[in-house]
Amino acid sequence: MYQYDDIDQAVVDARVAEYRDQLERRLSGALDEDHFKPLRLKNGLYLQLHAYMLRVAIPYGTLSGRQLRMLGHVARQYDRGYGHFTTRQNIQYNWIRLEESADLLADLASVEMHAIQTSGNCIRNISSDQYAGAAADEVDDPRPWAELLRQWSSFHPEFSYLPRKFKIAVIASETDRAAMKLHDIGLQLVHRKGEIGFRVYVGGGMGRTPIIAPMIRDFLPTGDFLSYCEAILRVYNRYGRRDNIYKARIKILVHDLGASEFARQVEEEHAHVKTLGLDAPEAEIARIRDFFAPPAFEAGLCETLDRGDPDFALWVDRQVAAHKAPGYRIVNISLKPVGKIPGDASADQMDVIADLAERYAFDEIRVTHAQNLVLPHVKASDLQAVWEALDAAGLADANLDLATDIIACPGMDYCTLANARSIPVAQTLAALLAPREAELGELKIKVSGCINGCGHHHAGHIGILGVDRKGNENYQLLLGGSGAEDTSLAKILGPGFDEAGIVVAVEKVTSAYLAQRAEGERFLDTYRRLGAAPFKAAVYGETVNG
Amino acid sequence: MAEVFAIDGRAVVSAELDVVIGPDEDVRGHAGLGNYRVIGIDFPKWRDGRGYSSARILREMGFAGDIRAIGDLTVDQLIFLKRSGFSSVAAERPLNPAVAQAALARFPFVYQRAADSGVPAWALRHPVGAEAAE
Repeated sequence: MYQYDDIDQAVVDARVAEYRDQLERRLSGALDEDHFKPLRLKNGLYLQLHAYMLRVAIPYGTLSGRQLRMLGHVARQYDRGYGHFTTRQNIQYNWIRLEESADLLADLASVEMHAIQTSGNCIRNISSDQYAGAAADEVDDPRPWAELLRQWSSFHPEFSYLPRKFKIAVIASETDRAAMKLHDIGLQLVHRKGEIGFRVYVGGGMGRTPIIAPMIRDFLPTGDFLSYCEAILRVYNRYGRRDNIYKARIKILVHDLGASEFARQVEEEHAHVKTLGLDAPEAEIARIRDFFAPPAFEAGLCETLDRGDPDFALWVDRQVAAHKAPGYRIVNISLKPVGKIPGDASADQMDVIADLAERYAFDEIRVTHAQNLVLPHVKASDLQAVWEALDAAGLADANLDLATDIIACPGMDYCTLANARSIPVAQTLAALLAPREAELGELKIKVSGCINGCGHHHAGHIGILGVDRKGNENYQLLLGGSGAEDTSLAKILGPGFDEAGIVVAVEKVTSAYLAQRAEGERFLDTYRRLGAAPFKAAVYGETVNG
Repeated sequence: MAEVFAIDGRAVVSAELDVVIGPDEDVRGHAGLGNYRVIGIDFPKWRDGRGYSSARILREMGFAGDIRAIGDLTVDQLIFLKRSGFSSVAAERPLNPAVAQAALARFPFVYQRAADSGVPAWALRHPVGAEAAE
């Protein structure tokens, strides 16, 4: 994992001191809320329905045991004993007291963490593949590049007042576990003629206008990595729309110009800015890369498991993935027990996972955009012990990518933007579908409480969007989305439902799938083969056409 | 007229603006900017960050005079303005000089090369490579 040097630490410490000054001026009345608001937002502090919410950055979703234990401490000390992992691979705390917020940031800084640029119209936390460094299909480790971007984007003077927020993902496998093409910039590390470089996608996103990012460069040499990003951001900063907040994301600019014209403008700008010495030298990339060197994997390990305990065997089948090193496995920890809030973890659970990471996983934990956690490097021979410890902490659910592994935004239970509640819908659906989840197989259900789409409903095999309909919560049903390498956008099936109705509708959709699927088909495959018609008929009856 | 506050050695605080460039004007399309002593770049709203690109591009074009940020600006933008190549600020609301100096001095390091003399962290970490790059 990356470790701060004196420079990184000094920057984060300075940020805490700056914020403490601002907070003191606010509390003394020297700063009014109007002027304080943009400052606290730049530190991830939002005012929500009931309290302040703090969003902490987890760069590319990677944590050490010490850091996760600190997140547990924050949950105990400053919140109500739990935290909420988000679809941006971050964590949010929903019950923060303003007066304590500077102390909280100081505590985070003591373990090389911060809340810098977790809000505002700037470059946000960089996301990546939760299996980075462990995936068998990886070209190279994407994290050094994500860290380089983290540093480059921190307090970037030209790009701190962009038209709108800006999200970048870096992956290094053909399998996309990070919804890369649904980011403002998606970077995929690839090999070409013995060299590594990047495929560059720009202008993807969800929200009000979902768009899959087009590729604007098929091979970007690593030596131009930062200057090319600089060129993209400059074109966006200068020409992105600022007259309408709903049309201000880069996807609208790319769409309006057309991908090839946008690419031409970026290439032209890049030809200029690459002469300015913006790219970090090879030595810096090597320095960062050293932090991500593979851990000391043991050789000659046993590959076989004692599958005698059926609960353990089921958990292995569902939660454990192949690792690039023989004798090791990737362990997915479900934060989706049926009936609980998707993505929530208690302080005690965070401690348990931190201990397990230190003991069994080379001290690494990853956060996934599906709101689960990962221990990336666990010996096959340790799986039983890990499972037992997880089970004792209520963390041994075996539902990865199944119907109860639901993504849900905080919704109207917490969020000021929401039009409808997301969490209760997710909970009801999980309870309903749990008995059939094995039969249903891979089924990604994603629930957003408003058009902004934090619950990724556009990328759901089944997506649910909460809207306000004449003062009542109403839920639209969307089918056929995917945030994986076969990226697609879900389409609205028909008229919306109330809370009870949406649950019934999803049940009908799943039954229609079971009735119509061909051998080996996932829900998504059946939908793609048959289209919406049979699902429409199942949900609305024969009376609704088209 | 708002008070002019110097944030860089290139400031000429006693001089009037020769020209004012709005957020949607392309500085590359202006002829003869090199003849001016002071170029003003207007920020009608602090949220509109196009002026940062304008200033930086002017410096990249070799403009060595005073670039003055004018309009809806507070101390919280100062470091970004300075790093983007602005040398003076004339804010609508007066800046407190002590608070402004503290804001400019707050961060001991920077992470990227921009239009000021700030040396990026990567260049400090690898001084030989930095010389070659400059």
